[in-house]
Amino acid sequence: MPGLGTSFGRGGATTFPQDLVNSDAILIMGSNMAEAHPVAFANVVKAKERGAKVIHVDPHFSRTSALANLFIPTRAGSDIVFLGALIHYLLENHAYFHDYVLSYTNAATLLREDFRDTEDLDGLFSGYDPDTESYPDQGSWDYQRDQAGQPVIDLTLQHPRCVFQVLKRHFARYTPEMVEEVCGVSREDWLKVAQTLAANSGRERTSAICYAVGWTQQSKGVQIIRAAAILQMLLGNMGRPGGGIMALRGHASIQGSTDVPTLYDLLGGYMPQPAALLPKQGTTHHSTPMATEGAHPKAHVGPSQQTLQEYIQANGSKTGWWSNLPAYIRSFLQAWYGEAANVENGEQAYRWIPKITGDHSHLVTSYTMLDGKVKGYFLLGQNPAAGSTNAKMQREALKQLDWMVVRDLYEVESAAFWHHGVEPVDPTTVKTEVFLLPAAASTEKEGCFTNTQRLIQWRDKAIDPPGDARSDLWFIYHLGKRLKELYASSADPKDRPLQALQWDYEHPASQAQWRIKDEPDDLLILKEINGYYVKSSEHPEEVYNLHNAPHVASFPALKADGSTACGSWIYSGVYPTAENNRAAARNPEGYTFQGWGFAWPANRRILYNRASADPDGKPWSERKKYIWWDSEEKKWTGFDTPDFPLNKPPDYIPQPGALGMDAHSGRDPFLMKPDGKAWLFVPKGLKDGPLPTHYEAVEAPLKNALYRQQSNPTALYFRDRTDNKLVQLGDKHYPIVVTTYRLTEHHVSGPMSRWMPWLNALQPALFAELSPELAAERGIRHGGWLTISTPRGEIEARALVTRRMTPLRAGGRTVHQIGLPFHWGFQGKSRGSITNDLAHMVLEPNVSIEEAKAFLCEIRAGRLP
Amino acid sequence: MEEYPLLPAVVQGALSEVMQVGSKVQPFSAESVSKAPRIRDAQVVKSVCPYCAVGCGLNVYVKDGRVLDIEGNLDSPISHGTLCPKGSATFQYTVNASRVTSALYRAPYATAWQTVSLNWAMEQIAQRVKQTRDETFVTHLPDGREVNHTQGIASLGGATLDVEENYLIKKLFNGGLGMVSIENQARI
Repeated sequence: MPGLGTSFGRGGATTFPQDLVNSDAILIMGSNMAEAHPVAFANVVKAKERGAKVIHVDPHFSRTSALANLFIPTRAGSDIVFLGALIHYLLENHAYFHDYVLSYTNAATLLREDFRDTEDLDGLFSGYDPDTESYPDQGSWDYQRDQAGQPVIDLTLQHPRCVFQVLKRHFARYTPEMVEEVCGVSREDWLKVAQTLAANSGRERTSAICYAVGWTQQSKGVQIIRAAAILQMLLGNMGRPGGGIMALRGHASIQGSTDVPTLYDLLGGYMPQPAALLPKQGTTHHSTPMATEGAHPKAHVGPSQQTLQEYIQANGSKTGWWSNLPAYIRSFLQAWYGEAANVENGEQAYRWIPKITGDHSHLVTSYTMLDGKVKGYFLLGQNPAAGSTNAKMQREALKQLDWMVVRDLYEVESAAFWHHGVEPVDPTTVKTEVFLLPAAASTEKEGCFTNTQRLIQWRDKAIDPPGDARSDLWFIYHLGKRLKELYASSADPKDRPLQALQWDYEHPASQAQWRIKDEPDDLLILKEINGYYVKSSEHPEEVYNLHNAPHVASFPALKADGSTACGSWIYSGVYPTAENNRAAARNPEGYTFQGWGFAWPANRRILYNRASADPDGKPWSERKKYIWWDSEEKKWTGFDTPDFPLNKPPDYIPQPGALGMDAHSGRDPFLMKPDGKAWLFVPKGLKDGPLPTHYEAVEAPLKNALYRQQSNPTALYFRDRTDNKLVQLGDKHYPIVVTTYRLTEHHVSGPMSRWMPWLNALQPALFAELSPELAAERGIRHGGWLTISTPRGEIEARALVTRRMTPLRAGGRTVHQIGLPFHWGFQGKSRGSITNDLAHMVLEPNVSIEEAKAFLCEIRAGRLP
Repeated sequence: MEEYPLLPAVVQGALSEVMQVGSKVQPFSAESVSKAPRIRDAQVVKSVCPYCAVGCGLNVYVKDGRVLDIEGNLDSPISHGTLCPKGSATFQYTVNASRVTSALYRAPYATAWQTVSLNWAMEQIAQRVKQTRDETFVTHLPDGREVNHTQGIASLGGATLDVEENYLIKKLFNGGLGMVSIENQARI
């Protein structure tokens, strides 16, 4: 989540849903929280009962809207105009929290003279290269620096190059008139939101923002989250009770799978995957932007990361928390390769880590798969044949594989694609060899989920899985053992990493109570993720293995000298001793229930909570006290684990040239950042710009009213792929906006819900929501069928004609929007059209996510032919 | 707050005390008195809902190696015993006749699944991985930079799996085999 990461330092929700009861106002946008996260939404209802104002802004009226004080229907894809106008309002009316902004953000930092804003370049920032549709040179986005390399500051906030003034100019054109013109929202309604947030923020009051994939599934999703982050910085709501940004994530452990992670561009704990990047190729003359080995052999992108030292140079920081990168990466190499990681101080093991050469993300990989370049595929509880964008193309891609392994509880669409589909399939033409291995359910194995508030919770095993079903842990462990055997006698250097891989997770105790005896020991893996000592600190000659090693208590104990091992440093502390698995702690007492589970990092429930106190360390107000400086005890204290060096006093001033955490003063709460500040302006880390800028969706009914640049100039367009046709601006054949969403009774593409009669009875079929006006225009009857088409595909659904969808007046015309759930497919006990057959595959540039929340379609009465 | 499997017995005790005071009429039949919830002596296993990311607490009631019921955990400070329709239906997700319980194999161009042994399937998969890896592994780019990777095998999924499972997937596939396209639902 680079929107939050670049703004504040960490890519996770900054607060926890149970703290929303302390909010004075809650803005829910890009989320139907009542239906997609119902139990978390109970906290919003409680807050409302305590007097909080709840605002819901969405294209679609839902139960969230019904329970809000104010619902504002808006045009899908216009979020940055709505939020940008709120930012503009705060700045123009001096309604921002001055002391907070001055001390805790980079508002006062000066920007380089050669930086050019979208104001100057009609929707582009300086450094744009039209040939590659990217910003290969972001040097001009950096701070002005003095001779020692320190950022230059103007505490009066008056210098024309300071971030605060640049921000003012950047958002000057985000006016109430633009909100009416672009979002289709009246200025009176918008003003109520501005006034509500301003009145409910400050010393005495706090407001929270909740979002979900309504923001992330857009071609500028990261920048929408950035706009929310800027808003919360200006309002002074970060790190404070009742404040923050609540990212609502959609799977039981999607946070965990980002932290540990199963992502191509990260190692454990948000360390970047080492890269040997090939240049992004020009958009006019290539088939895919996927880096192809051999292309442009002389052109390099980014600093070299061929050695561990270069990797640390490229990705670490001299100041702030990331100055600890050497300890974290070295401990990580130790966890993977054991004793072999000690050769040349870790250099050899580092070279074994595979280097990425471009974008190897899921959707980009599906293009290479379609082109026949991917031979083998593992699907571990994911269902791209129905659940990924442009699903028809996904199914075609699976047919190009030599072999694939599907692990699931049911025969999902992605396992059945070779004999069944939306279109007729002739199995005798499909070459793919398929292994379908039954998986264990969550109740049939022990282990941890990390939820939306970064809380790691342990599950006990209830029963054995049935028949040959096994946990995914069992599958990976035994596959690894077999592969190590197959490669045991190899002398090929390419096989040495596998030979050296530390892979002994045998259960020490007998598994008498279980039928399955060869399940690996989950706790040993949790121990490796937590970290353990490789050598005794007192007796260095004493060397441990994973089984007998003492646990690391927390990440400050990790060392860069090869004496510690740790799989994901941010999880360090979850299992500090053999007797204390804190993920399984079940004491629910207290406001922040510190004894229930373990929230990374260091069991903090609200991140950046040093900012809940003023620069002198006193609570901003008695009503909103959370963490404060105890001047007698000389330490930070309060209701949570302080997110600050425990004994660093508020009046600490760093010496010139200080390094690491010593470089931050006692007033710098955002300790992951090199300068200790929250970033209103992001000088480094984003691919599409340092400030949020409104671009229309890739498929939009209107011209961009703010800039000449129509859509995100750095999105991944794949322009010359014939299998990803796009609606061009002004195409009258596809005039209607589609937005997609979840229903409470089903889960994503349905593998965990459409085989269940209870849920199918509650929500039996795909439907589309449309307004009475649009239904009348097209002769569509409530309860009857309609067909929805895009250049990618056609689907059918039942019509739900309802006032929950409102035609909007925007850009001088009426804009119709329809709402479409996406849970169905051709397998299971409840079947229906695949909504993802409609969606296109232009991707957001930072995270390679598709735009499922705003694209264009046409509708007609009746079923598919 | 915790479910007490013995609660009906306590109620029975209180009832019998009441009955001793003056009344000879027994308003409950022996059958009624002997009735008790199915979960009365069940083992309560603590779990977490597998659906969205809110992390509601589950109590899994187990007797004789079978799951009898799954309910909300009243102790959980996240959910206080409440569940949404999906979470309430977790029982049917796990105890369901439609589940696949044997390894299935489909040969290239074949028209039907065949049931195979888990051991055979695991061995075949290991062989496929080795062959594809050996055919597609790249140690250096043409410009001389070392990459030690294969783009010939990819992996997708993880957000519904455990933290430990994700860790081992990345460790084996990336650290051991050199696969780079290891991805999950975070991008959809």
